[in-house]
Amino acid sequence: MSTLHINGRAVNIEVDNDTPLLWVIRDVIGLTGTKFGCGIGMCGACTVHVGGRPTRSCITSVGSVGNAEVTTIEGLDANGQHPLQRAWIELQVPQCGYCQSGQIMQAAALLKDFPAPGDQDIDAVMTGNLCRCMTYVRIRKAIKRAAAELRERADG
Amino acid sequence: MAELRHLPSRRDFLIRMAGTALVFGFARDDALANSAAPAQSAFEPTIWYSIDRDGIVTVNIIRAEMGQHIGTALARILADELEADWHKVRIVAVDSDPRWGYMVTGGSWSVWMTFPVFSRAGAAGRIALIGAGAKLLGIPADQCTARGGAVMGGGRSVSYGEIVARGDLRRSFSAEALAKMPIKPASERRLIGHDTRAIDIPAKTNGTARYGIDADVEGMIYARPKIPPTRNGSRVRSIDDAAAKSVKGYLGSLALEDPSDTVPGWVMVFASSYPAAIRAADRVKVDWVAGAGATVSEQDVLNHGAKQIADPQRGTLLVDDPGLATAFQSATSTVERTYTTGSVLHGQLEPVNALAFEKNGMFEIHAGTQWQSLILPVLAKALGRPQERIVLRSYALGGGFGRRLNGDYTVPAALAAKALGKPVKMVLTRPDDMRFDSFRSPSIQTLRMAFASGGRVTGMDHHASAGWPTLVMAPVQMAKGLQGQLYDPFAIAGADHWYTVGAQRVRALSNDLANSAFRPGWLRSVGPGWTNWALESFMDEAAHATSADPVAFRLALLDGAGRNAGSAPNSVGGAKRQAAVLRRAAAKAGWGTALPKDSGLGIATAFGQERDMPTWVACVARVRVDRGSGAVFVQKLTLVVDAGTIVHPDGALAQVEGSALWGLSMALLEGTEFVNGQVKDTNFDTYTPLRIGDVPELDIEFVDSTEVPVGLGEPGTTVVAPAIGNAIFAAVGARLRHLPIRPSAVLQALTKKS
Repeated sequence: MSTLHINGRAVNIEVDNDTPLLWVIRDVIGLTGTKFGCGIGMCGACTVHVGGRPTRSCITSVGSVGNAEVTTIEGLDANGQHPLQRAWIELQVPQCGYCQSGQIMQAAALLKDFPAPGDQDIDAVMTGNLCRCMTYVRIRKAIKRAAAELRERADG
Repeated sequence: MAELRHLPSRRDFLIRMAGTALVFGFARDDALANSAAPAQSAFEPTIWYSIDRDGIVTVNIIRAEMGQHIGTALARILADELEADWHKVRIVAVDSDPRWGYMVTGGSWSVWMTFPVFSRAGAAGRIALIGAGAKLLGIPADQCTARGGAVMGGGRSVSYGEIVARGDLRRSFSAEALAKMPIKPASERRLIGHDTRAIDIPAKTNGTARYGIDADVEGMIYARPKIPPTRNGSRVRSIDDAAAKSVKGYLGSLALEDPSDTVPGWVMVFASSYPAAIRAADRVKVDWVAGAGATVSEQDVLNHGAKQIADPQRGTLLVDDPGLATAFQSATSTVERTYTTGSVLHGQLEPVNALAFEKNGMFEIHAGTQWQSLILPVLAKALGRPQERIVLRSYALGGGFGRRLNGDYTVPAALAAKALGKPVKMVLTRPDDMRFDSFRSPSIQTLRMAFASGGRVTGMDHHASAGWPTLVMAPVQMAKGLQGQLYDPFAIAGADHWYTVGAQRVRALSNDLANSAFRPGWLRSVGPGWTNWALESFMDEAAHATSADPVAFRLALLDGAGRNAGSAPNSVGGAKRQAAVLRRAAAKAGWGTALPKDSGLGIATAFGQERDMPTWVACVARVRVDRGSGAVFVQKLTLVVDAGTIVHPDGALAQVEGSALWGLSMALLEGTEFVNGQVKDTNFDTYTPLRIGDVPELDIEFVDSTEVPVGLGEPGTTVVAPAIGNAIFAAVGARLRHLPIRPSAVLQALTKKS
């Protein structure tokens, strides 16, 4: 038995340490917003934050997480109203939507590192997140919109 | 294809109270009531929508939600005619049930097929509500109007919810009356053509959207398959699971017995968790007898197609004008070219999966699917029980793109659940999914054109060989050729183009080697994805061969003469509308202006998916070619689309954005190779669809139109590859005739040229 700190809760889990974090999140804890896409860290659908850093949960063993806080799409904002989530709705980003939890989590980390991201920053940080529906044009716009909102908030 | 397009519009339309809600639907037809329906529902209408006492309008959606926001678009069509308050409209994704008629989501058909039915159903409801509302207001119905979910007249109004609560609206409209239902003129539309937010989107931003992979049920176990060496004809000789027994949670392995022959040679590996199933399956060793496909590779399929094309006796003729031989014999010059395309994987991001179990005498399949009516009979055969005791529960699809038209992945989950007598959730890993894909078949096409003096086009033929998905998976949907032979309409559409070329011949060839070696699939735009690669590259070559400008050359042939005149209702305007989008795209993109060295513009045009339902589209690609490496950089794509009436403008734009980038991705970045019975690429490390940094500038414009709304999910893909190929030629003079276009091929073409 070990304890996983996830979305502000401490959850007791009974799984082998080498179990991928993804399946613990989805099938043990029951948070299915984090998705399985490739299993080798190449598509980004499984992106969560571990200790605030974007992490591919499909290739991260649960044992390696230790006491670090895990944040999933369900925990990004208590009401699903993170500026990125709002921008995603305003700009109607998702199509099938399967990759979008991962896109949003990756973008949330991006905004911490680049408060005013340019196209090159976005390309560099978001390149690991595949969108098979190819919603990239809108992802780029939505990141910029959320960044602008966060900057306004910081200034105000 | 008649059956595919079936919506129960030829039945009486009934309005009845059901509990406290008013329901609107079609009477069951006798055939369905007799054969399929359980007795208690024999007189129950097929309910398309209902209105409750709060005025909430609930619309039942039979189309799969896979990114096109189809529920939103269809509900808008209905709500517009109903004069509903959009804020009170809800949508429900229904499960498979015979009452819904034929269930399929594909072919870019959904809006086009549903528009007439939902328009009339909404109008009938509006008329009934006005009638009942007028009584409540105490004034004649002809002095009342409906707007925003209320009936108004004499300075007062009564809401739809109140009418439902107080009025009796029992009413029937005969099929004939419904067919004549007055539909509002376009100028009176309040929802169609106006933007709105898609209903399915918020749940896709907060993790609450439910996909097939998220389905669960008490007591289920997990399964991962061992994929056999060939898609067809594999047989299990023995299973050795000794090494899997040390995996904690491993429950056992099972070779499936499949009466439907959908998954021959499959072994299912069971475990108490999915990661355990992944590990155990890695350790289970299966000895198979492989099918004949094990000795077949990509080039074999193309070589076979080339032989078929060379034999004039083979194949099915769709178009065969008299005078073709004469045109070529008397030609002052001719052009003949051959084009090929390689295998393309769907790579939908949600690997295929299904949860299956039996409950209360019904076999339940929980999975995202695009073609319920195709897989239900297969499941019935596999499980040995009538279709009526199998139900497919609906989920959001983590990508369709045609992969989930083929519901083959539901069969092994169902067989396993039946064999074990407990719920089984099967999920494929990415490599499993790609090896099991019904990918886009390689294709080979030869085109010829005859010219008389002055470059006048007098004859053209187009021969195309590819695997035929419809023959393999849905033979009842095959079309009839001129001499009565059957052909796969989806594997040749596009070759029957709208250019006036004198005597014309179009011949479709079923690549039987492909059909037996693997399971060819429908992949976004299907045949038009390869026929237009050939046709529009060829049109460019033909233009250059006669020293004509590629735009002017095409415009001259898009004259709308004869069979290319178009007809009501779907193709009004015919080739003239294709000419219009072509002209507009050229103008927008600055056709004819000088570009920097090694940069060029290329153009292509198409009519989307079918002559019966043309979506007129044109694309100009602007590329730069690096002569040193052969790399192609697409800088801008300009697309002009005439899809008739646009129901949900922002959703339409999203479909064209996505489909155009699919076209780019397939042109330059995707493509795999079939090698000895298997696809070469099995994950996103070596199979590399477009990523965010590869996205060019997009300039997309829709023609403002009130014509019949046609399809939008696929047409954008059809023009991009040939536009890029033609742009490469314009930039550096290298002609590419194979998809995908690799830098090495560009270098080779450059070398050949010099």
